[in-house]
Amino acid sequence: MSPQVFTARRMGWVSCSVCHLLCPAPPHDDRAEVFKCPRCGARLHSRKPDSVARTWALVLAACIFYIPANVLPMTTVVALGKVQSDTIMSGVIYFIQSGSWPIALIIFVASVFVPLLKLLILVFLLVSVQRRSRLRPKDRTRLYLLTEAVGRWSMLDVFVVTILVAMVNLGALATIQAGPAALYFAAVVVLTMFAAMSFDARLIWDVLEE
Amino acid sequence: MKMMPSQPAQHLMACHHCDIVHKVPSGPPGAVAVCGRCGCELVRFKPKNFQRPLALLCTAALLFVMFNTFPFLTFKKGSLVHQTYIISGIYLLAKQGMPLLGALVALNLLVIPGLHLLGSLYVLVPVSLNRRVPGMFTVFRYVRLMQPWHMVEIFMLGVLVSMVKLAKMAQILPGTAVYSLTGFIFVMAAAWASMDPHEVWSRWEEPS
Repeated sequence: MSPQVFTARRMGWVSCSVCHLLCPAPPHDDRAEVFKCPRCGARLHSRKPDSVARTWALVLAACIFYIPANVLPMTTVVALGKVQSDTIMSGVIYFIQSGSWPIALIIFVASVFVPLLKLLILVFLLVSVQRRSRLRPKDRTRLYLLTEAVGRWSMLDVFVVTILVAMVNLGALATIQAGPAALYFAAVVVLTMFAAMSFDARLIWDVLEE
Repeated sequence: MKMMPSQPAQHLMACHHCDIVHKVPSGPPGAVAVCGRCGCELVRFKPKNFQRPLALLCTAALLFVMFNTFPFLTFKKGSLVHQTYIISGIYLLAKQGMPLLGALVALNLLVIPGLHLLGSLYVLVPVSLNRRVPGMFTVFRYVRLMQPWHMVEIFMLGVLVSMVKLAKMAQILPGTAVYSLTGFIFVMAAAWASMDPHEVWSRWEEPS
């Protein structure tokens, strides 16, 4: 494979991660010194610092929180003395049984499918980068873009809980309380968003130049 | 390699996903330039003026104030009427012992969209008048960084899901805030779709 591709790093440039200005690379990649983009002031890095290690840490933390998020109750309904707790899955099942399967599908995709898919894709990308895979870099970059774009939509269930809590607050008649899973689930969404941001897609392409 | 660069290059850019250096492309509004190696989008060409995005941002500011002050959803069952505001949901979460969750929702729904809007106006008003204000490029950096945490459209989907969920329990009446929130989402999306961030960055001149 001919390595004659002109990457910014090879040509002595660093691309600003926010405003895309091509800046001259610092003379030595010294961690102690901070180089900032002259235009927008963002820190300049040829590659995101410790990308693989940071992404692994965030992905693992998200995996751990994913368990209580699915096992513990998301909402607790207290109506006329009756107490009923719902997890994410039991909420989905409730919607299927009551016939509103489009809503069941939306909740299932946003709260179960997307976070899981995102974690799996990030693990796959991390392993492939660490094994220095040269396989289909174009498709792997697409996968990365997908995780970046889709992750925020998982916040849906957290917002639904907020609205239910606000709406059904009728004292002794009926109240809905947010369960502990809501917080764990929000943590999963935020952690996976940070994980996707700390991964550097250019690592997929760097192996091809060696 | 042979010649190390010493100045930032405004006529070149690197693909953000594979680091290949390209000449900054140009094209008609609506066209998209893609990277030759990884196929990712490099630049999406847009009209070079800020009239339309500015008008839309001013509308968005009005709608932002509206959805924060008008009643949101009304819960009605027989003689029982319970009116809610967006703020009241956040307040109740915090009161129920979930201050962290309440803070997160407030951040995604009120604080970040508000700051994002103010920051965009702070940068775009002077840019469209060909003026400069202190720190405008720093402010614009924060505006760009806030983008993924701006979750109003996801909240809207949450409103629809909750209305279906509660439909069996009581009558749910959408208030003015729901309509202004819907308007806010479309106006905001239209504003950013018609604005070229690169056009803002290109106003920068290298200090000599």
